[in-house]
Amino acid sequence: MRTGIVVFPGTWSDRDCAHAVGDVLEQPYRFVDHRERRLEDIDLVVLPGGFSYGDYLRCGAIARFAPVMEAVAAFADRGGLVLGICNGFQVLQEARLLPGALLRNASCEFRCEWVNLRVEQGDTPFTRDCRPGQVLRIPISHGEGNFYADPPTLEALEAGGQVVFRYCTAEGRISEVANPNGSLANIAGIVNKRGNVLGMMPHPERACEEMLGGRDGLFLFRSAMRALQVVAA
Amino acid sequence: MAVALRRSRLAGVALDESEYAAIEAAIGREPNEVELGMFGAMWSEHCGYKTSRALLKQLPTQGPGVLQGPGENAGAIDIGDGLAVVFKIESHNHPSAIEPYQGAATGVGGILRDVFAMGARPIAILDDLHFGPLDEGRNRHLFKGVVAGIGAYGNCFGCPTVGGALTFDQGYSQNPLVNAMCVGLVSHDRLRRARADRVGDLIYLVGADTGRDGIHGATFASVEMDENSPSRRPAVQVGNPFLEKLLCEACLQLNELPDVTAIQDLGAAGLTSAACELAHRGGRGLEIDVAQVSRRERGMTPYEVMLSESQERMLVLVREGGEAAVRRIFDRFELHADRIGIITSGNRVKVRDGSAPVVDLPLDVLIDLVPLRSPPAIRPARTLASPTADLVEPQRLLLDMLSSPNLRSRRPVYRTYDHQVLDNTVIGPGSDAALLRVPGTNRGVALTTDGNHRYVTLDPYEGTRAAVAEAARNLVCTGARPAAVTNCLNFGNPQRPEVFWQLQESLRGLADACRELGLPVVSGNVSLYNETSGRSIPPTPVIGMVGVIDDLDHRCAAAFQQDGDLVFLLGESREELAGSEFLAFLSQPLSGKPPLVDLEHESRLQAALLECTGLDVLRSAHDVSDGGLLVTLAESVLFGSRGLRSPAVVGSVSAAALYFGESQGRVVVSVAPRRVPELQAVMARHRIPLQALGVVGGEFFQVGPEIHISLSTLREAWETPF
Repeated sequence: MRTGIVVFPGTWSDRDCAHAVGDVLEQPYRFVDHRERRLEDIDLVVLPGGFSYGDYLRCGAIARFAPVMEAVAAFADRGGLVLGICNGFQVLQEARLLPGALLRNASCEFRCEWVNLRVEQGDTPFTRDCRPGQVLRIPISHGEGNFYADPPTLEALEAGGQVVFRYCTAEGRISEVANPNGSLANIAGIVNKRGNVLGMMPHPERACEEMLGGRDGLFLFRSAMRALQVVAA
Repeated sequence: MAVALRRSRLAGVALDESEYAAIEAAIGREPNEVELGMFGAMWSEHCGYKTSRALLKQLPTQGPGVLQGPGENAGAIDIGDGLAVVFKIESHNHPSAIEPYQGAATGVGGILRDVFAMGARPIAILDDLHFGPLDEGRNRHLFKGVVAGIGAYGNCFGCPTVGGALTFDQGYSQNPLVNAMCVGLVSHDRLRRARADRVGDLIYLVGADTGRDGIHGATFASVEMDENSPSRRPAVQVGNPFLEKLLCEACLQLNELPDVTAIQDLGAAGLTSAACELAHRGGRGLEIDVAQVSRRERGMTPYEVMLSESQERMLVLVREGGEAAVRRIFDRFELHADRIGIITSGNRVKVRDGSAPVVDLPLDVLIDLVPLRSPPAIRPARTLASPTADLVEPQRLLLDMLSSPNLRSRRPVYRTYDHQVLDNTVIGPGSDAALLRVPGTNRGVALTTDGNHRYVTLDPYEGTRAAVAEAARNLVCTGARPAAVTNCLNFGNPQRPEVFWQLQESLRGLADACRELGLPVVSGNVSLYNETSGRSIPPTPVIGMVGVIDDLDHRCAAAFQQDGDLVFLLGESREELAGSEFLAFLSQPLSGKPPLVDLEHESRLQAALLECTGLDVLRSAHDVSDGGLLVTLAESVLFGSRGLRSPAVVGSVSAAALYFGESQGRVVVSVAPRRVPELQAVMARHRIPLQALGVVGGEFFQVGPEIHISLSTLREAWETPF
């Protein structure tokens, strides 16, 4: 089982994702250049955080036109697992692989801090190791993570069980205080209808070692890996 | 040349008549306009260190771990395992005073380039910031703009901002200080010097096109500011962190090619400084054709091309025959690169515009023969008597101080900086020092910047020694042993005798303290003429320090860790209030002698602490600094969200000095009760006085009979927003 970590020119979480997958979990991975068009050797695609093309315009607006995104769309279409983190989430939305948009944080400031996430769906390939309602501590680091969707889209997301993570208090309460960026319904991460494409603003790759503040991010990577093993078996 | 014309030309490049005469004498003719502009830049304080060069010579720059001392893009030290840490601090005060967002952003950009030019991957940024009081609109604008600019650049580039300092004082009103430090990591065999030692090497200019931005930035940094300064806004550069990221990745790959012989960043004085220093360091000359330089706008003159400070540009020297491999890397990152010249034998810089000769100057005159200035120094009269203030309602005062801009939580600032990217941040901003893991090892590097302008104002020699000692103490509190120093010397106009005296004394203090603590100074920067409308900033030497911890399992936090742990004060409290945050907070005049710095005690204290952290005796260690003992205790409580019960703090000094004095060489530690005998034994062996203060735990911050504050009230005060 091999993870492909997509690298746009302005990506910077690529090395962190490689550290989490390769050093912490000791799983094979390779970097996938934004100009590549083939992902046949890849089982899990990670779109990491960063500023794909500088993102001086709307985040991810240019990245969606990168050659690799055609391959990612086809990969997702075949049912492959795609995990978009932070900028990766923004890119997935721009590429229409996930609904909604990520607006400027309500504070109008960049925010880098640990947040609590309530797992709303424990049956996705990315959360199967979590209990529903479990609270994960994972950092955010973004200026534009304010999730928005128009009312019908939001309704469909909620009805279809596509909201995977919400910002919450340490006790798991969904509240305004726990919302770091103004996201609608405290939404921090969603999946597509089929459940194989997850986008989330927090950075699980920063939460894989006790020394760096916590290991809750491993739930995501381990879940995805187990989901793939089940498929392979 | 007519006198009036010459005067106006000299004013334009900030040179004086005697310097002009020196140029004429050295080159045997009048310099043309481009040449004069190049002299103005290279002989500026910023590039030529003409006022500080003689003083800087006294700094210790060598040591067993030093791989690269001053004179290169950045300094480098060995940290074991064949790895080197590369670091430097630099000011961007003048640009930030005019255009805070871009000024600060490009300050970060410049220091990043200094580090990756050495072949090192940047792993951390620290920012030491000083502003005037926030109740003045202009200062608030500067503060907001600088913080936003630092965040925008570092966040987009992808290097964590892990520490620094933030101070407010009337003396920085309208004249903020923005000092940025960058730390990088490289293996010894990939550490690169920017030195052209091979004749025939090709000079590539890579990165951004050259525009009119930043012309005369180096000169601008070498004159005082006045009410006309905002009209110099075009002298401030505009940053593009995305392009910088591409440049960094490309340079790190270029660094692997045998045919790339040197990499140099373009900073102050742009192409002039970068190209001339690169060639001269290797004892060579160079030829440049400015017609080959891609421009942002039409009609730029050779003068503008040579002196532009457009950001995100690097020079890359390539051995003939290596062009194709280098091109491949430029292409991979879609970077534009022009071949603009060649390294020659001899000592001359020759610039042409197509076939027309423009400049022909001897490099040694331009770089080595800067006429040094040794202005008169006068020690200003000062009052030695320290003002005092009665301590009424210490509890109220503590809460007020904790909520004041100088002592309140820095979280509203540092949470706008990505301080975690690269997955190495073990201790992030807000503590004594940041602690980063060295990737692939269990080693760590500890990083801090320190300085106290009030102590330096009262006594530049003692105040600078205090800064060095405090920086070292901060590193030791994390469990790291101090290794080396970088410094940024921010002063007013040195042509004022009292300012030059401050600079002299401060450097003497820096040299003495570094020598006594065995710390080499491997890089640095001097920023003079920090003066607005005739008023100088407080003298502000900023010490950046790097320490090493061999095993991160022995690291130590500043936060109280467990209920029931016992809290001790190490070191001695004296009747010292002059220069304190306490007196400043109470608006008392600044006078008296700053706290005593006893470096012999300091060495023993630090050795004792490192012995304790090595044996895991300590649960926490936190340096006593601005605000004194009560503030330090409150911080350890707040960091750990655990209360403190201290029956009494005793000492043979006044209550004010005991609670709020800033006697140096003190640290608050906590230990598990069963480890107390070990702590006592180590401290006794190193002759460090220790005093039991209390027990960790509970919902209150309680000291003696007078102070009893709930944790929520304490936190509310401390977390007052900016």
